[in-house]
Amino acid sequence: MYAQMVKSEATNEDPEKLAAFQARIDAGEKIEPKEWMPEGYRKTLIRQIGQHAHSEIVGQLPEGNWITRAPTLERKAILLAKVQDEAGHGLYLYCAAETLGVSRDELTEALLSGKMKYSSIFNYPTLNWADIGAVGWLVDGAAIMNQVPLQRTSFGPYSRAMIRICKEESFHQRQGYDIMMKMAQGTPEQKAMAQDALNRFWYPSLMMFGPSDKDSVHSAQSMAWKIKINTNDELRQKFVDQTVPQAEYLGLTIPDPDLRWNEEKGGYDFSEPDWSEFFEVIKGNGPCNAERMEARQKAWDDGAWFREGLMAHAAKRAARKIAAE
Amino acid sequence: MEAVVDLDAALFEGLCRLGDSTLVLGHRVSEWCGHAPVLEEDIALANMALDLIGQTQLWLGLAGEVEGKGRDADALAFRRDVWEFRNLLLVERPNGDFGQTLMRQFLFDAWHQPMLKALEGSNDARIAEIAAKAGREVAYHLERSADLVIRLGDGTEESHKRMQTALDKLWPYTGEMLTSDETDRALAEAGIMAAPDSIRPTWESLVGEVLDEATLTAPEGAYLHKGGKQGTHSEHLGHMLATMQWLQRAYPDATW
Amino acid sequence: MSGEWPLWEIFIRGQHGLNHRHVGSLHAPDAEMAVKHARDVYTRRNEGVSIWVVRSAAITASSPSEKGPLFEPSNSKVYRHPTFFDIPEDVGKM
Repeated sequence: MYAQMVKSEATNEDPEKLAAFQARIDAGEKIEPKEWMPEGYRKTLIRQIGQHAHSEIVGQLPEGNWITRAPTLERKAILLAKVQDEAGHGLYLYCAAETLGVSRDELTEALLSGKMKYSSIFNYPTLNWADIGAVGWLVDGAAIMNQVPLQRTSFGPYSRAMIRICKEESFHQRQGYDIMMKMAQGTPEQKAMAQDALNRFWYPSLMMFGPSDKDSVHSAQSMAWKIKINTNDELRQKFVDQTVPQAEYLGLTIPDPDLRWNEEKGGYDFSEPDWSEFFEVIKGNGPCNAERMEARQKAWDDGAWFREGLMAHAAKRAARKIAAE
Repeated sequence: MEAVVDLDAALFEGLCRLGDSTLVLGHRVSEWCGHAPVLEEDIALANMALDLIGQTQLWLGLAGEVEGKGRDADALAFRRDVWEFRNLLLVERPNGDFGQTLMRQFLFDAWHQPMLKALEGSNDARIAEIAAKAGREVAYHLERSADLVIRLGDGTEESHKRMQTALDKLWPYTGEMLTSDETDRALAEAGIMAAPDSIRPTWESLVGEVLDEATLTAPEGAYLHKGGKQGTHSEHLGHMLATMQWLQRAYPDATW
Repeated sequence: MSGEWPLWEIFIRGQHGLNHRHVGSLHAPDAEMAVKHARDVYTRRNEGVSIWVVRSAAITASSPSEKGPLFEPSNSKVYRHPTFFDIPEDVGKM
């Protein structure tokens, strides 16, 4: 997911306080920033929300790659609005993380130094226009699977950010599918682009949910704290079950010869992605890791004079105002 | 009869001048998406690019209607070559650093806003209507770009230096938007569009005020380039079009 | 010069006659720019009629309450809304 393999932190606090905290969560109460919370809860949340925010920001890049090549004025506007939304979502999430006592600059530096991660999916390239459709349809589709339940997460600022994000994102997946329909129903070349995009994005989309965590202690703690709502496998199954008929409607073939309906479980059986590839991408060896980080580093470095210039002017203005009073 | 045909051709030309300038600038600004110095600015720039693309759809849509050959805004944007584009040279200048992008925006906005205001008085209701809608958006663009030029001009030593460099580089491209040619004069005489030279006093006083406050100095006696409005462009435009029009050109039978 | 742009809390009046409501936060070098950023960040889908900005550090809080999140009316850029895209019924829920 946008936050993959987030380790939860151990907590060594007063058992009575911990029990009272857990009781609040079990009762469905929201935890707000200035209230007492276990240190492990706070740290895990910073890691998870931060990774989610970084994913939104880095996620601007693969789609932004096609803004200047969008084939009509309307497609250009739609894509630009969507990528802009991602910047907005990153902003909301950084703000949610900031309520936990970490600054946006600190989070940015952790991203750039490689200390913090972002979703593996954004290290794959967008090579043809149908990729923009596939990203909206599959990547946003997978993200929504995770984000909808997170609206009920226990931490108030995170929950509120997710609600705003889900509301704004509702058009993202549809615009992707809309592109896929046009391509799948278009010329033979367009149909080939659509199939090519699906072939490349299918397994990376399945990887977004992370490896199976049904036996993970970290996940169990995060689920008890309601900062993780479903297991990775549950979400992945749900995603496959939802996506297969959509691909069939498009007349496209999911690149999995072992994909078949399993009447007994009421869902599809499907092949696992290549998890060794996933771990390589996480380590930095994906097709675009280097480009993504270079782009973010450049924006940060080249923007320093701008950010500093505006701070300096604000200070001058404030001083002049005081002098005039 | 002869004169009517000429005026329609002039109107098509005039509308392309507006629509091509918003198209090319909108495209340039959109190149920043995901790369701006700070998230808030990334979002603000995208809003501006979206406004400009929206205005392009209106201006070029009307141009196609006036031309009457069945070309819509997309056909005009994606299927014309460099020499058919009528945008100002200023807007095709590459983004450069963020200071150049902002300075280009300000120099354009300071012309765009009063021009749209004047176009609201067009005796062609379609033009007046588009100008009124676009004018509301552009008033904000100008407020923002003027403010940022002032703040960065009067910020740190480095931000001042960068803004002055940007001004020196871009100033030579500010001439043609304030100079009228035959087409401009024909449209102005017919009451359809405002003549560019009628915008000059407003532009000069606005730009002068902002540069003063920004502690920046306009270069004196700089040579002023022209030709964009007539279709003679810099080399940069061809590269932009190669990118922008690629899908439409490579797959001419496809719909998107 | 050092230092991050300070954090501001943003309050927007969505319609005439309503209270300003907290919609989120953002960074800006001063109050005037915070207002501009708020317009760009928090009114992308609707026109709020008025914006307040307050330095986050200037807020004194009682123990935080459980306020529900904010929804805002929507707007002029139609393609941001799911109903703009026609997805055939056969495709199922999306």
